[in-house]
Order: sequence, then C-alpha cells, then structure tokens
Amino acid sequence: MSDVKNVIIIGSGPAGYTAAVYAARAQLDPVIFEGSVTAGGALMNTTEVENYPGFADGIMGPQLMEEMRKQAERFGAQLITDDVTAVDLTGDIKVVTDGSGNTHQARSVILAMGSGYRELGLENEKRLSGHGVSWCATCDGFFFREQAIAVVGGGDTAAEEATFLTRFASKVYLIHRRDELRASKVMAERVLNNEKIEPVWNSQVVDVLGEDKVSGIVIEDTITGDRRELPVTGLFIAIGHDPRSELLTGQIDTDDDGYVLVDAPSTRTNQTGVFACGDLVDHVYRQAITAAGTGCSAALDAERFLADQDG
Amino acid sequence: MGAPKIVSDASFADDVLMSDKPVIVDFWAEWCGPCKMIAPILEEIASENDGIVIAKLNVDENPQTAASYGITSIPTMNVYSGGQVVKTIIGAKPKAALLADLAEYL
Repeated sequence: MSDVKNVIIIGSGPAGYTAAVYAARAQLDPVIFEGSVTAGGALMNTTEVENYPGFADGIMGPQLMEEMRKQAERFGAQLITDDVTAVDLTGDIKVVTDGSGNTHQARSVILAMGSGYRELGLENEKRLSGHGVSWCATCDGFFFREQAIAVVGGGDTAAEEATFLTRFASKVYLIHRRDELRASKVMAERVLNNEKIEPVWNSQVVDVLGEDKVSGIVIEDTITGDRRELPVTGLFIAIGHDPRSELLTGQIDTDDDGYVLVDAPSTRTNQTGVFACGDLVDHVYRQAITAAGTGCSAALDAERFLADQDG
Repeated sequence: MGAPKIVSDASFADDVLMSDKPVIVDFWAEWCGPCKMIAPILEEIASENDGIVIAKLNVDENPQTAASYGITSIPTMNVYSGGQVVKTIIGAKPKAALLADLAEYL
C-alpha cells in the first residue's frame, strides 16, 4: 500500500511557495521539495526587494521567502528540505525521487525549479570561483572593501549588484556587451548616477587572471576586438540564468533554451497532470510577482485537474 | 556530537588550531542567504559525528581570521587538522555532497 499524494511541488521560490499556499488552502495536502541548499530560490541571494506589491517600504529577499514559507506551512503544506534527483512524470501516478533515494508518488506535479546562474564558460572562471569570482554580491561583497572589482552583465541583477557593491568597493566596473543597460530604468539610472561605477560598454570578459585569487580580468571590445586588462580583485558574474529543466529531459517539452513549454494561459505541460510555473517557464518577465502569479495558476490548474479526475 | 561551536578571532588558535580533533570551520555571516541554507545541514552533521568538531565563525564580527585565510566567498568551510587547512569547501551544497567531501575526516 503506497501513499499517493494529490500534488508534489518541486521548487521553493515565489512560484513553488505560492503554489503550496494555494494547494494547501484547497486541502490538497501538498508536499513541496524545497531543495537542500536552494530553498527560497533566487531571492535568497538578493537584498532589498522594492517592487513586490504590499511591502511599501521594501522587504529583504530572504525575509520575503521566509514569510512565504511560513504561509505555506501554516495551511499544512508538507515542506521537505531535500533535492529531487529524478522524476517519472509519464504515467497516471507520477514518481519523484529525492536526494536520499526515497521515492514519492503523486497524482499531479507542479514544476517550479526556477533557474540557475549562467556562467561565462571560461576555464579560469571555474578555477577561481570562490577566490574572487562570485555569483553572489550580497554574500561576498564584504570581502572587497576598498578594492576595485568588476560586475559583468547588463540586466537588473547586474545593475543591482553593481550598486550594492559600491558599499564596499572603491570602484566597480560594469562590463556589458552592448552600449546600454537592459536593466529597468530606475536600476539603470542608479548605476549611471553612481560615481563609483564605471560602465565599460561593448565589452566582454574573455579571461580571468590570477594564481590563487583573482588579480585581473581580460576584456575584449566587441566592436574592435581590442583586448585589455583590468586590474580587479573580484569578478561578479550576473549574465543571466538558465532554466533548471535537466531532470525533465525526454518527458516534458521545452523550447531550445530549456524553458518548459506550457499551454498558456494555463500552466499545463505536455504531460497530463504536470504543471509548470515561475522562471522555469518564463524567460520574459522573470519577476518575483509573476512567478508567484503563475505558481497560483499552477495550483488552481492542479486542483481542477484533480477534481475532474474525481468527478 | 552536539551543536556547532562558536569561535572568534580571539578563540581561533585555542579552539581550532590546537584542537585534538579535526575542526570544520564554517565562515558565515547574517546577510548571506546560502550560509543560512547550509547551517542546518552542518548542525545535522555535527550531531551525527563524534570524530570531528564543527565550528562557526562570523566573518562580520571576526574579520581578521577570515582575512588571514583569504576568504573571499561565503559560505566557505575549511577543515583544520593539526593547525593546518587540509580541505576547503566553497559554497552551499546538498548534505550528501558535503558528506562526500568530508568523508575522510568523519
């Protein structure tokens, strides 16, 4: 006799937790796999979230996630701080394997694994990771007091990190492939008005220098091809994200970039009873509030699917 | 056995470098999201293993030790044995991966 749940939610960003809140309030007794070290998702690495409605004075990213987690827990969602290592989503009963090798069964699954940091793909980037190369400004900025550092990227994350890092660094180079930022206007203006930030336009990082720790980077002008060295002790990489859809290969349809395809405006995937939400699906908006919104949709879709089955 | 030991710049030599057992030092700070993720995992490992001491050093309050070991990213977990760093683990990892990294010291 095995215990088949109504719904298993995989992932614990705004999408996963919102799905859990709705599914729990619908008395579906959801189980949510939060991930062993990724619980809370991308917002765990951010500082102030200024654009999440309902928080007039802003809220710290980790605090927001803690509140969402508590809200899901309050309505009886079962939170499991473990990773999912394998899934079988093809049958009527879905099977999810956790990091300890245990299997869990459910009639429906909500996929909310979000996205992971994209790497530059340089050999020395990997070697010097944690020794000056970082993907988390809030974690590591502290160690670069009064030093010159570089941020690579042009979106909101890059703009936010560059601005945040000026609290510590003496100078922040913001390296971007284009000649203007992709970041939202308010973020971009903050960057361009900050005396400590020097934008380096039309440039990409082609090498990271240093024996045991970062001593500089090599940048290439994307127009002329000219290369030059920048003497920095830290390199913060914020060039975007890739969806965490590796587990789904062969079972769930994705686009060429790995984003899960859904039957919009619903959250239905190509597999019956499997729904997807958040940054795993969305490469356009990618906001905490849009992730939460689609997480809600996924829970409602799952609820209706289960009700129709029972019908 | 027991909870992680809190160490500081002042106590580092006695608590870590002079320890009879190997010591894993978790360099962490309040403002570090991934550090919060790894903390309960280290607590579990501490309660399940007698052969090793798990210690936590707040880099905000103890910048000297962090600087002298060249920490530029947290969480970093250094394993000290006989006063020397014998292993460095950088970044939050799932428990199974952390246990594999630490296997020879547990």
